[in-house]
Amino acid sequence: MQTLLKQYHEHDAGAPSIAAEGLVVRYNGVRALDDVTFSVDPGERVAVVGPNGAGKSTLFKVIAGVLQLNGGRITLYGGSPERHICVAFVPQRTQVDLQFPVNVRDVVMMGRSGRLGLLRWPRRRDRRLVEECMALVNVSDLAERRIGELSGGQQQRVFIARALAQEAQLMLMDEPLNGLDVNSQEEIYGILDELRGRGVTVLVATHDLGQAARCFDRVMLLNRRLLGFGSPKDVFTPELLGQAYGDRLRMSELPDGALIWSDTCCNGGHD
Amino acid sequence: MAALIDLIAQPLSHPFMVRGLVAALLVGVVCAILGTYVVLRGMAFLGDALAHSILPGVAVGYLIGGGARGPLFWWAMGTGVIAALGIGAISRRGEIKEDTAIGVIFAGMLALGVALISTARSYSVDLAHFLFGDVLGVATRDLVLTGVFGALVLLIVFAFYKEFLVLSFDPILAATLRLPTRFFHYLLLVMLAVTVVISLQTVGVALMVAMLVTPGATALLLTRRLPAMMAVSAGIGALSAIAGLYLSYYANVASGAAIVLVATALFGLAFLLAPGRGVLARKVTERAHPPH
Repeated sequence: MQTLLKQYHEHDAGAPSIAAEGLVVRYNGVRALDDVTFSVDPGERVAVVGPNGAGKSTLFKVIAGVLQLNGGRITLYGGSPERHICVAFVPQRTQVDLQFPVNVRDVVMMGRSGRLGLLRWPRRRDRRLVEECMALVNVSDLAERRIGELSGGQQQRVFIARALAQEAQLMLMDEPLNGLDVNSQEEIYGILDELRGRGVTVLVATHDLGQAARCFDRVMLLNRRLLGFGSPKDVFTPELLGQAYGDRLRMSELPDGALIWSDTCCNGGHD
Repeated sequence: MAALIDLIAQPLSHPFMVRGLVAALLVGVVCAILGTYVVLRGMAFLGDALAHSILPGVAVGYLIGGGARGPLFWWAMGTGVIAALGIGAISRRGEIKEDTAIGVIFAGMLALGVALISTARSYSVDLAHFLFGDVLGVATRDLVLTGVFGALVLLIVFAFYKEFLVLSFDPILAATLRLPTRFFHYLLLVMLAVTVVISLQTVGVALMVAMLVTPGATALLLTRRLPAMMAVSAGIGALSAIAGLYLSYYANVASGAAIVLVATALFGLAFLLAPGRGVLARKVTERAHPPH
């Protein structure tokens, strides 16, 4: 029965979390990703920004190994994505079926099912890990609640706990802060700091350029092509942002010289 | 008291009623448990289509066998599995929307089945049996087949519980955990086909979808976790089967229809009265916290 599962790749020491070279993805002949080349090191925290339809979700699917490339090459820790079970995809609130009869503990336990293998039931070690993961993101008192009864911020934390239970080394988060209040956002960033301490690499797709500049090591500016990848200071220049957003971006200068950008394309939409 | 016992025991003096009751119970429970996934994954239309697609296979077996009941089960099983795999393949291709494609094919298959059966002489009686079931005509041999295949379906549901749960709740998680998602998708469709085939004689093609979704939908309103939903769904399926058969015995109505009517009534009750999620509970909450 276990032969139904693929053999997993052992991480190569010293290999980058993600090494992407000339990625091309086409949908019906249109290029959603065009010649995208970059590399991310273990433990880095990267914001992926760009207008709607820039290919952020497509890039995440390629990294997660659930979408085939039309060109280029990608490796995670030295092996191809579909041979890893250490990649976690943290979904948006809108992608979750809120009527589903599962409680918080059930959802976090789902993260174990890859490591457990077919026809095996969770053991004491798995149950203990699930409790630890819930405690880490502060949802232990919600363990018996149905997933649909939680607020947006609580749900995000549960899905991060699920990724931790999966023993994820690489987390992909699609607009995790969308529609969350400031306190919940702060809590999520606190958890991301904790993850960095554990060497977990985190990629976050976001529309909030200010937050991307404040809270991330590097930012990736994407509009089908990779327009810039580096420190926020180097990437968020008027020229590069202009290339990415055209006139869909408002820029205003405060008296102290700081620039404020706001992405006018949407509020909470996704591509 | 004695009168009540008599009321319950009297139908059981007929062997055909006992066989019918056992068949309806088995089918009610298996349909209700597999049905939780049909409800949660939104496969009701697919289940309906699968049931209708089996008819031409049954018709061919019926014509070839000259009306003999024995081989019909295997004709239905063969057609069901082929239909399941075919529907699975359709749902993967993107040129026509999935529900449209399924609609076109299942209506066509149903028409083919009816056309084939109509060439036989005793056509209207036999067609009615295929469409609405004939649970009181169940033979001991049918019971054994129903039991064996029903147990097989439940065994698979149990063995791959965590995989089907992940696959139904979050297909992207299933893909990133490198579960063989396509294998499980086809497996579920084949299980659905087998369940439809063993239920054919009890409720028939036309009412099949009710056996699959109504107990599960009722249980969803009453429970908070999948294992509980499966247990409650099975209970509702069993209760509907027993109450429906007694209803059919005493009120002299068609048995498949009676079973489905009981299940529907139970759903109606839950829809109105379910704690926290029923219409009534929501009205009460609204009165306590009026929307601004």
